[in-house]
Amino acid sequence: MHDEAHPAYLRHHFVTVGQQRETASFGMWLFLLTEIMFFGGLFMAYLLYRNWYYDAFVAGSNTLSIGLGTTNTAVLILSSFTMAMGVYSAEIRNRKGLLISLSLTICLGLVFLGIKTVEYHNKYVEHHIPGADFSVEDFVHPADKRDVPLAPDMAQHAQLYFFLYFAMTGMHALHMIIGISILFILLYQAWHGAYVNGHTSTIDNFGLYWHFVDIVWIFLFPLLYLISRHPLK
Amino acid sequence: MSTIVTLPNQQDAQLPKLSYLNSEYGIKSWLLTGDHKRIAMLYLFSITFFFFIGGAFAGLIRLELLTPLPDLVASDTYNKLFTMHGVIMIFLFLVPSVPATVGNFVIPIMVGAKDLAFPKINLLSWYLYIAGACFLVAALLNGGVDTGWTFTTPLSTHYVNTHVITAAMGVFIAGFSSIFTGLNFIVTIHRMRCPGMTWFRLPLFCWSNYAASILMVLGTPVLAITLVLVMLERTVGIGVFDPTKGGDPLLFQHLFWFYSHPAVYIMILPGMGVISEVISTFSRKRVFGYTAVAFSSVAIAVFGFFVWAHHMFIMGVSNYSALVFSLLTMLVAVPSAIKIFNWAATLYKGSLTFETPMLYAFGFMGLFTIGGLTGVFLGSLGMDIHLTETYFIVAHFHFVMVGGMLMAYLAGVHFWWPKMTGRMYPESMSQLSAVTTFIGFILTFFPQFIVGYLGMPRRYHAYPPEFQVLNVLSTAGATVLGIGYVLPMLYMPWSLKYGKIAGSNPWQATGLEWQIQSPPLTENFIDIPIMDHEAYDYDWLEHNTAHEVTAVG
Amino acid sequence: MSAPTEHEHHVVGPKVYLLILLALLVLTATTTGVAYIDMGIFNPIIALAIGCLKAVLVILFFMHIRYSSRVMMLTVGAGFFTFLVLITMTLSDYISRNWGLW
Repeated sequence: MHDEAHPAYLRHHFVTVGQQRETASFGMWLFLLTEIMFFGGLFMAYLLYRNWYYDAFVAGSNTLSIGLGTTNTAVLILSSFTMAMGVYSAEIRNRKGLLISLSLTICLGLVFLGIKTVEYHNKYVEHHIPGADFSVEDFVHPADKRDVPLAPDMAQHAQLYFFLYFAMTGMHALHMIIGISILFILLYQAWHGAYVNGHTSTIDNFGLYWHFVDIVWIFLFPLLYLISRHPLK
Repeated sequence: MSTIVTLPNQQDAQLPKLSYLNSEYGIKSWLLTGDHKRIAMLYLFSITFFFFIGGAFAGLIRLELLTPLPDLVASDTYNKLFTMHGVIMIFLFLVPSVPATVGNFVIPIMVGAKDLAFPKINLLSWYLYIAGACFLVAALLNGGVDTGWTFTTPLSTHYVNTHVITAAMGVFIAGFSSIFTGLNFIVTIHRMRCPGMTWFRLPLFCWSNYAASILMVLGTPVLAITLVLVMLERTVGIGVFDPTKGGDPLLFQHLFWFYSHPAVYIMILPGMGVISEVISTFSRKRVFGYTAVAFSSVAIAVFGFFVWAHHMFIMGVSNYSALVFSLLTMLVAVPSAIKIFNWAATLYKGSLTFETPMLYAFGFMGLFTIGGLTGVFLGSLGMDIHLTETYFIVAHFHFVMVGGMLMAYLAGVHFWWPKMTGRMYPESMSQLSAVTTFIGFILTFFPQFIVGYLGMPRRYHAYPPEFQVLNVLSTAGATVLGIGYVLPMLYMPWSLKYGKIAGSNPWQATGLEWQIQSPPLTENFIDIPIMDHEAYDYDWLEHNTAHEVTAVG
Repeated sequence: MSAPTEHEHHVVGPKVYLLILLALLVLTATTTGVAYIDMGIFNPIIALAIGCLKAVLVILFFMHIRYSSRVMMLTVGAGFFTFLVLITMTLSDYISRNWGLW
């Protein structure tokens, strides 16, 4: 029956808890590899069109709020920290610590999505969403004197920048939404005593997923927000 | 004709009282199972069903091509026929064929484990397969897709109004089925090997599936994002593949073929694994150059990622890029050739017998070699300019995929049938099928090399009248080939009730799966085995046979 | 009879996490600040370098690769290697298109 070496959570096809834990971790890492390649396709498209339409990408990037972008980056990094602390709490069997960490991670995740919503709304209001409503004028005759005006066809290509902006941050946000949903489930389970009894795999592996989503943003931020900002006067 | 088949005395032989087939009853016990063997059977039924649907499309294609005029179906319909034939055969049959059926069944047992690492994800894989298949059937029933299985832009994004999004969604979902299967295999082979089972004691079938799994995990997501971009381009029209908006259609092809070239290795590697097992068993010899064959599987997987643009030589890639990809394509042929040499060396001075799996294996070796060599012709830039988009290409990939992979699949199903069901299929019927398939195959596809070299384009349903004789030959061959594929559908089910009882090791094969009962228990092993001998150790087997228990319970 | 070789399970403490958090925040501020200084071709290079450094810190410490078995390290490496193959070999086509015909 169940004993120290064969707790209830040891599945029948595993010999030891250590084997089960390492197997689960390996599985999650392989899943993250698929995510690297999935986002990789988008990064490839981005690299190509940034190379072809650099001026349009510069102009597009400069319309994003660097304050909101940097804040969001810090928020996500902080949420990675709280998630890592959650893993630590689970390891040392500290239920309260785990609950606080998970809750903070959820809050920070929601803050990130909130700021993202504000940014998307700004793009909508400024007519920077690619498609019929896109304002080419903004780029041919920019309001800000420091911005370089673009030729009309290059200004059209700014739509490609914004498409990639929405596709990449949108795909990232989708992964955040899925992550936060799972976090709610984990919080609920943790409230009822799960994860602090030695079976920390689920928290460990969700942590890996959360950190990965953070890493994607770590690359998205400079690539989308920091393409040749105005030089300091 | 001599045979190594050793069956228990049929007068009093019985199937084991308890096995994975009768451990639980009811439809829920099958649809909610975690048992890798039951999931393998679920896959077996599903992919066989879709194989025949894809085959029906092939039949219609060949029927149209009997005459030079486009007189059977309209052009758009013909486009839909070859598209659906390709999509179904590749994504719903070839990609899951050996891994999801034989691989799922046999790999945990081969490594000495009680199940795969993630049984629930294994079941999820099957449901994702079915979901993807449903989307493809929906696309089919709603009027089909006519872009070719390659979904080339800007045709697929701007110039057709068929159900591209539905079909792309189906492939997208089926892709995740493949990813999760690969993920499961990699983790199982790394972490679930029994004590004493070192990497180099694994059967070569495990090595091949491991290599294919790496490709599944790393390559398929790129296809996924590519299809997402195509779907977005069709719905929102942002211009990522649209030249009028500054996009590059070739970007699609780069991303698409980055997966689709490794995909062909995903399809063939598990088949090569089967061939290693079959050739060893029916030569009574260890596979010559085990290490070379093992490493060549991994080499094929690694190199397979470096050659994708050889599908794009005439599409507008730069000459320098084409040169590099052409050179690398020559390199990737080497590990495949190494395998063929090693199998031939295994046969040399072996005690050969010609049971059905061995017949299929011989067919594989000849036909895959021809297909592979023609691939090298296509890899050289000058030849490719003339041969690409002709029937030469069609013949090339059917030789490797049908003459190669499908024969290997049939070899595998026949080889492990006694283990999966406890019964033997009727040998003379199965040998007849194998020979019929071989003859039918050559008749169908060899004329296509000629007609392609002479200039007949692929994906056309009208052709110059001087090509008719060869096309008629090809269609005649397709009929024979079809018979060869239908026969197993008759005698395999027959064998379930009337086939001889197989016992645990009818082929006198090495490998842990042959040391347990047929069909196996749900947990495979009562005690986790300890591996104390090398792979393909026939001396150990002889020594052990004396002390064997043939059935449990 | 032994279980398959297992890697020792290492619990990473809050001090390490705090240090990495601070490093990441500093790097974020740096990358934003540096973006305002015009360094020509080096701007994207430095931005990507800082991004890679941040990612490496997250992978090594938050994701525990620093304390994991070699198989795990190889796995992560394989993933990034494949990504790099996609990027470099595709870009090699686009870059060499301008070189003309031989």
